[in-house]
Amino acid sequence: MENETTYNYRVVRQFSVMTVVWGIVGMLVGVIIAAELVWPSMSFDLPWLHFGRLRPLHTNAVIFAFGGSALFATSYYVVQRTCQARLFGGKLAEFTFWGWTLVILLAAITLPLGYTSGKEYAELEWPIDILIAVVWVSYAVVFFGTIMRRTTPHIYVANWFFGAFIITVAILHIVNSAAMPVSMMKSYSAYSGTIDAMVQWWYGHNAVGFFLTAGFLGIMYYFVPKQAGRPVFSYRLSVVHFWALISTYMWAGPHHLHYSTLPDWAQSVGMAFSLILLAPSWGGMINGIMTLSGAWHKLRTDPILRFLIVSLSFYGMSTFEGPMMSIKTVNALSHFTDWTIGHVHSGALGWVALVTIGAMYMLIPKVFGKEGMYSTRLIEQHFWIATIGIVLYIASMWVSGIMQGLMWRAVNSDGTLTYSFVESLARMYPYYTIRLVGGLLFFIGMLIMAYNVYKTIAGHQSDEPAVQTA
Amino acid sequence: MSNFWSGWVIVISLANILGCVWLIWWASKPKQGEAAKGDVTGHTWDDDLQELNNPMPRWWLWLFYITIVFGLVYLAVYPGYGAYKGTFGWSQTGQYEQEMKQANDVYGPIFAGYAKQDADTLVNNKMAMDSGRRLFLTYCSTCHGSDAGGSQGYPNLSDNDWLYGGKAEQIKTSILDGRRGAMPAFAHLGAQGIEEVANHVMTLSGRKADATKAAAGKATFAAQCVACHGADGKGNIYIGAPNLTDKTWLYGSTKRHIMDSVEKGRNGVMPAHRDFLGEDKVHLLSAYIYSLSK
Repeated sequence: MENETTYNYRVVRQFSVMTVVWGIVGMLVGVIIAAELVWPSMSFDLPWLHFGRLRPLHTNAVIFAFGGSALFATSYYVVQRTCQARLFGGKLAEFTFWGWTLVILLAAITLPLGYTSGKEYAELEWPIDILIAVVWVSYAVVFFGTIMRRTTPHIYVANWFFGAFIITVAILHIVNSAAMPVSMMKSYSAYSGTIDAMVQWWYGHNAVGFFLTAGFLGIMYYFVPKQAGRPVFSYRLSVVHFWALISTYMWAGPHHLHYSTLPDWAQSVGMAFSLILLAPSWGGMINGIMTLSGAWHKLRTDPILRFLIVSLSFYGMSTFEGPMMSIKTVNALSHFTDWTIGHVHSGALGWVALVTIGAMYMLIPKVFGKEGMYSTRLIEQHFWIATIGIVLYIASMWVSGIMQGLMWRAVNSDGTLTYSFVESLARMYPYYTIRLVGGLLFFIGMLIMAYNVYKTIAGHQSDEPAVQTA
Repeated sequence: MSNFWSGWVIVISLANILGCVWLIWWASKPKQGEAAKGDVTGHTWDDDLQELNNPMPRWWLWLFYITIVFGLVYLAVYPGYGAYKGTFGWSQTGQYEQEMKQANDVYGPIFAGYAKQDADTLVNNKMAMDSGRRLFLTYCSTCHGSDAGGSQGYPNLSDNDWLYGGKAEQIKTSILDGRRGAMPAFAHLGAQGIEEVANHVMTLSGRKADATKAAAGKATFAAQCVACHGADGKGNIYIGAPNLTDKTWLYGSTKRHIMDSVEKGRNGVMPAHRDFLGEDKVHLLSAYIYSLSK
């Protein structure tokens, strides 16, 4: 491989392969817990198969294992290519791979065993939190070290987003995970009551904003123009939406705590900033989709580009939905319902997973020194099965979520509630079944991808006519 | 909130919002020596990555401006700028109180009307019982079950066995002020002593038990248990001590369960609903529960 001495592709290869592996694992757990909601007895009364323990395993596996590995892989690749410099800190980069993998394995063991700090998306206990912090700071050193040794005069826009994501996630993780240990596997949060809730959702929403948005916009800003073979639509737009996005996101957390003990002013600030966030979020979508100007025809023949562009459409959709749901009156209906689950998955499956998959189909052949993926037809099939899966998933959750919200607030002429909780739950069965089917389809898509990736890496030749990539 | 923190919140939130406006203005300005509109900026990365010097889409800027203006206005009319309460004078506590008052104005008289009737009248009023059932499903079913059948530790309300008495007034007292069913722990009796007394307790309801152990347990029972459960083991509704001679077992009927109860004690808590639901609704609710065992 010609670039092997110029660039460190080894760590990119490791993270790329694990992206596919963890994607399958995380989504399998998702399918299992979706099935448990249809057939609650599926946990067989085993505590480590209980929904309450597997759910954080699912979220950690898809966000931090699948999404995290994708971010490591792409940021390490992009920063080297766009800085024309080899990755800084050879051994340190290797450490980030093994360290991150260890974090994920520890999560996969401790969460089913019931060890949890009880903070959503930050459930891991304090010794693992310390390991995460160490790995993350190493990641920052490797990434910014590479930026420092760049041979290009300007820092490419993708790296602004990766850089903001790395710095902010370090701050979020360290502040939110601050805790007083009482034993090896038990700790109490450094904050109490409402302040704890506010710190948690400052973390939680910015995990969405920086881990799942800024980081993946970094992926978008490299892979979309590369695959489309077109310049980024607007430099000015990227400057404005970058700074507006990262500053405004910081304030949006309180919308998770509407109508709670959080003071009124903080709730209002959270809502106002969430609405202001709409345009900065859409800036990324516009810049990505408009990059295709003059190359729209490529969508017809290139399923990789289709993954990337459809992911931007889902990104635009869920970043519109988010501000709407942060409006207090809408939130009064949507909060605690499946609508939230649908919203999260239109972002997680539609945006994060699709852009990751598209980027991986482009990246994997490159770093393994192949012409392209083994089979374009399988990429095509993956695209359709995944898209249908997402649509089934989010549509069923919209219906069930809005139905829940309306059933919970319905009152009779004497002011009593029309439906008991369990009655609303009973009505959810059809939608939970559709959601399971949607999730299963998405999961099957990942298996197709794994096969295709395996064949590509193993160097098999497909008998299909070759399709040009990038 | 102190003046300092109030000022801090106002300054940094405004600085962020107005900073966005400044950013748009700054980025829209033509820069010296830059590429013409629609051309590539001249920077290239990784062989072929370039950027166009296109202006920001006008519709997108409008969207941005509208949300910024909305945000600024929203924070002025609702509480948002630090300690400033907003021109609408809105607060979530105020909204809650207003909605509760509205609800009480509309629905209060319905329950006040029921409160004037005794339980025996109410149980024959279908509308009243429907309301009572819905209250039960909302407030009671979480512990006592949708069918009022209870579960381990949560009494069955549909049978004729009552820890604190089954008259409507007694049920009402249980709901209004709550109950605390405390069985002390008797671990000091030792494993053998506990097993003996458990065997004796089983004989009280006519069940088979080890005769020798039961005989030994009888003396322990007389010394330790009769104060609450009575000499005949029939319990005491004034303190909620269960009747041990019937077939109802709140915490399980096996010898193992009984031994657990003796060794570790039990603490049943029925929360009070006087302040939460008000006496009128509790009155109807107690009539409904009373109807279940009639």
